[in-house]
Amino acid sequence: MPQVKVLTEFFDVPDSHKIDVWEKHGGYQAIRKVLKSMTPDEVIEEVKRSKLRGLGGAGFPTGVKWGFVPKDSEKPKYLVVNADEGEPGTFKDRHVIMNIPHSLLEGMMIASYAIGAHVAYIYIRGEYVHPARRLEEAIAEAKAKGYLGKGIFGTDYDLEVYIHRGAGAYICGEETALLNSLEGKKGWPRLKPPFPATVGAFQSPTVVNNVETLSYVPHIIARGADWFASLSEGTERCGGTRIFSVSGHVKRPGVYEAPLHTTLREIVYDFAGGIRGDKKLKAVIPGGSSCPVLKADEIDVRMCFDDLAKAGTMAGSGGVIVMDEDTCMFDTLRNIIHFYAHESCGQCTPCRQGTGWLVRIFDRIAEGRGMPGDVDNILEIAQNIMGRTICPLGDAAAMPVISFVTKFREEFEYHVREGRCDLEDRKQRVAMAS
Amino acid sequence: MPTLKIDGKEVWVEPGTNVLEAAKKLGIEIPHYCYHPALKVAGSCRMCLVEIEGMPKLQISCHTKAADGMVVWTNTEKVRKARQAVLEFLLVDHPLDCPVCDQAGECYLQIYYMEHGLYKSRLRENKIKKEKAKPIGKHIILDQERCILCSRCVRFTREVTKTFELGIFNRGNRSVVDLYPGISELQNRYQGNLADICPVGALTDRNFRFQTRVWYLQQAKSICPGCSRGCNIEVDYNISREYKAGGRRIPRIRPRHNPKVNGYWMCDDGRYGYKYVDALDRILLPRRLDEGEPVELSWPAAYTMAADLLSEATKEGADKVGVLLSAKMTNEELFAARKLFSSLGVSRIGFRVEPKEPGYEDDLLIKADKNPNTKGAELLELGLGAGKSDVSALLDAAEAGEVDTVVIFNEDLSKSSEAERAEAVLPKLGRVIYVGTNWNATAAKADLVLPMATFVEQEGTFTNFEGRVQRFWKAVEPLGESRTGLSILAGLATALGLEPVSENAEEVFAELAEQVPAFFRGSATRNLVSTGNWLRARLGRR
Ligand SMILES: Cc1cc2nc3c(=O)[nH]c(=O)nc-3n(C[C@H](O)[C@H](O)[C@H](O)COP(=O)(O)O)c2cc1C
Ligand code: SF4
Ligand code: SF4
Ligand code: FES
Repeated sequence: MPQVKVLTEFFDVPDSHKIDVWEKHGGYQAIRKVLKSMTPDEVIEEVKRSKLRGLGGAGFPTGVKWGFVPKDSEKPKYLVVNADEGEPGTFKDRHVIMNIPHSLLEGMMIASYAIGAHVAYIYIRGEYVHPARRLEEAIAEAKAKGYLGKGIFGTDYDLEVYIHRGAGAYICGEETALLNSLEGKKGWPRLKPPFPATVGAFQSPTVVNNVETLSYVPHIIARGADWFASLSEGTERCGGTRIFSVSGHVKRPGVYEAPLHTTLREIVYDFAGGIRGDKKLKAVIPGGSSCPVLKADEIDVRMCFDDLAKAGTMAGSGGVIVMDEDTCMFDTLRNIIHFYAHESCGQCTPCRQGTGWLVRIFDRIAEGRGMPGDVDNILEIAQNIMGRTICPLGDAAAMPVISFVTKFREEFEYHVREGRCDLEDRKQRVAMAS
Repeated sequence: MPTLKIDGKEVWVEPGTNVLEAAKKLGIEIPHYCYHPALKVAGSCRMCLVEIEGMPKLQISCHTKAADGMVVWTNTEKVRKARQAVLEFLLVDHPLDCPVCDQAGECYLQIYYMEHGLYKSRLRENKIKKEKAKPIGKHIILDQERCILCSRCVRFTREVTKTFELGIFNRGNRSVVDLYPGISELQNRYQGNLADICPVGALTDRNFRFQTRVWYLQQAKSICPGCSRGCNIEVDYNISREYKAGGRRIPRIRPRHNPKVNGYWMCDDGRYGYKYVDALDRILLPRRLDEGEPVELSWPAAYTMAADLLSEATKEGADKVGVLLSAKMTNEELFAARKLFSSLGVSRIGFRVEPKEPGYEDDLLIKADKNPNTKGAELLELGLGAGKSDVSALLDAAEAGEVDTVVIFNEDLSKSSEAERAEAVLPKLGRVIYVGTNWNATAAKADLVLPMATFVEQEGTFTNFEGRVQRFWKAVEPLGESRTGLSILAGLATALGLEPVSENAEEVFAELAEQVPAFFRGSATRNLVSTGNWLRARLGRR
């Protein structure tokens, strides 16, 4: 299976982040076409037909989301780009910003036009110092050419883009926490409804989209929705390609763009070169740390949203985390739950208390003080978080717990019972036998 | 109007009503922590989860609008389990220090644990330590460990007082409620309400904490006499354990919900302003001055003396007598007093006392007029018609030699704008009778002092600044030998051989409503009906 490159094709072009290079490769033609010859509704229709899905995590059809913005509202409308990229195992947006910032900016222009926004924000994680600088430079370049600001491309359409840097909270990647943070408030997710499309930034209709999602838009407009949709074959409700961030025990970790009918096995073994040291594969998390884990024998699944859901997991943010046979699942899950407990905003009871409690149970077991019933309790606590919280972070914490513990229960029981890792013990037994 | 079914029972509600309120209408209480009807919905505690047919997940009833045809179940196995889970979560980091917690008995962790919890603890881990017993305001102590982070207090300071002193800091289970940096203490005048709305023992009232356990308390419905708003209150009194609360019969006062007057709130001045009722300076016995020496009297002797003084004075001419009633007296007392003194021929009957400094006022509840019944006195057409201060008019008349006898009801003139003149003029008068609750500079110099009951020791009505006549009930017996205003007026009437005055407030009000048009019709009447007071019965009879 070959990679199909829509965005990453430009990654190897020298100075692809510069506006002149970008334009030489056909950049800023799609927005010209949109401004000259398309109505906002036509743009939205085109994006709907492309089967582009949100690549930030939730996978919501992008065109449909844009269509939710009320046309008759007197309020200003906003486009907000989610560049918070906080999901562990995910690092694709950084590559997009560093290599092709103008693809994002052009996508933002088209999206803003489609929803009627004249102000767009890029909310970028605070740690992304270089990407933020790169965006600033790109915005300055675009401004200098009259592509941003008043009357862009010589039309009467105005668009200002502002960068807002986050302060280091994972929860600020959740779109409503992001909006609160953007407004200068504490990054607490909002109750839904209302959804951002009707009440978003500054009480106004707002579309929040991921960096990568928007970066595809110029290519969809330029080459047509049908072309994009057909890149993924046989995937009914998703089209195009997406960039997978592959990390963990593979030979060639990195970003790989591929259509959504690609299987997880192809990503791990073909693109990333298989397992380091040619060890056996143990498990893969297919879409960032909050997605349920798949065992080695479950990776012949296509990476489209629906197939992964059918397999009991999620496409998420495309962060593929690969674990070889020497990975301790208890340690891995303990690490993950530490992350979610640390990042829980603390607003709602099940997530705040549940994650905090789980951490202490995992730490206790790690200290060799496991007790009978611990594994059942862990499962039940996770189930008591599931589906009962304000935002999906609760689920994001619970799902890995439930999947790890159910799929690798023996390992957890061993830790509880013996206060040590089965893997270590096994290695010792092997050493002693030889 | 959406009509929905909750636990098999049908109910219709106003559009926009949430499921939690709709259930309330059916008498079904859905347990909740963060929801408060007067605050914006936070939807964060997750205690109010219910099952709604057609929705796969449990829904929070505080943030789910009732919809036509909705079928809600509040007590299924799934719901009960979810509640239990939330309680278990909340108690993971709770210190369980109920034996030394002042909230015990009215804590919603205790209440809901008994109703919906009753699980066996699975916690084998240490609890998180946070700050305890931290004074955050003149009236409030914060215990962060007991806090369940429902954010009611934070929303109160944002939405009600708009003073923004409180926030939730940090993240996850390290979150704490605290004052914003740079704010050393709560700055609003309504902080007592924080102790009321905090569903647990995290915010307690410095005036009330450790005074008595709440289960020793009984409640009387009352009206705050602190200003002309007339906030509806509940007087918590303790008469079964006299040694509690340092001997105070009234350890606390709390607001009583009345959407038309005070909502759920009351101000701190009103809440903590009641302490004079159990103070050591209460006047407990009638007393006269004999050549400057105090001599205590029995009531019969006191009535005889009062009657003698008044008869002597009116013999010289009824216009030589001035009466200063008080806008702190009830409508019934004012009415009976007006009747009694009018029948003696007295026409100088005032009530307006101008304070030294104008009272504080805001646009939430607090009114500048610190009297509960100015409007009532006005509707009874009392006053000397001389502008703001009846005290000034009386002093003018006294200085001019037109008045030489005054009867003062419960107004300390040394606190009025006329303090200096009163101090000079009163001692020169022939006769001064003081009827009041507590000793003060004015009472000290009176020839005769009659001890009067306070508002918690009697019943009656006040008319608030909008003309709303509000009834209050008695909590405790008058202290010492003090008597209600009506009782004192009744005794005087008998001693003077005048038409008898009823000691029964309800009877007096009936007569008042019959005779004073303002109380019979118009705003006063309408409002009285809406708050369920005496006139309803009267109207019913008609
Ligand atoms: C806890 C949490 C963290 C999230 N972090 C990110 C993030 O870092 N970047 C992102 O694009 N979306 C993130 N999301 C998803 C966003 O809420 C939102 O769905 C997304 O930005 C929408 O854009 P899309 O439709 O283009 O995917 C996060 C969601 C949750 C619940
Ligand atoms: S689920 Fe967790 S992160 Fe999301 S709102 Fe609740 S406490 Fe905050
Ligand atoms: S202090 Fe009380 S009212 Fe405030 S958040 Fe904590 S529990 Fe709620
Ligand atoms: S009362 Fe509904 S979530 Fe707290």
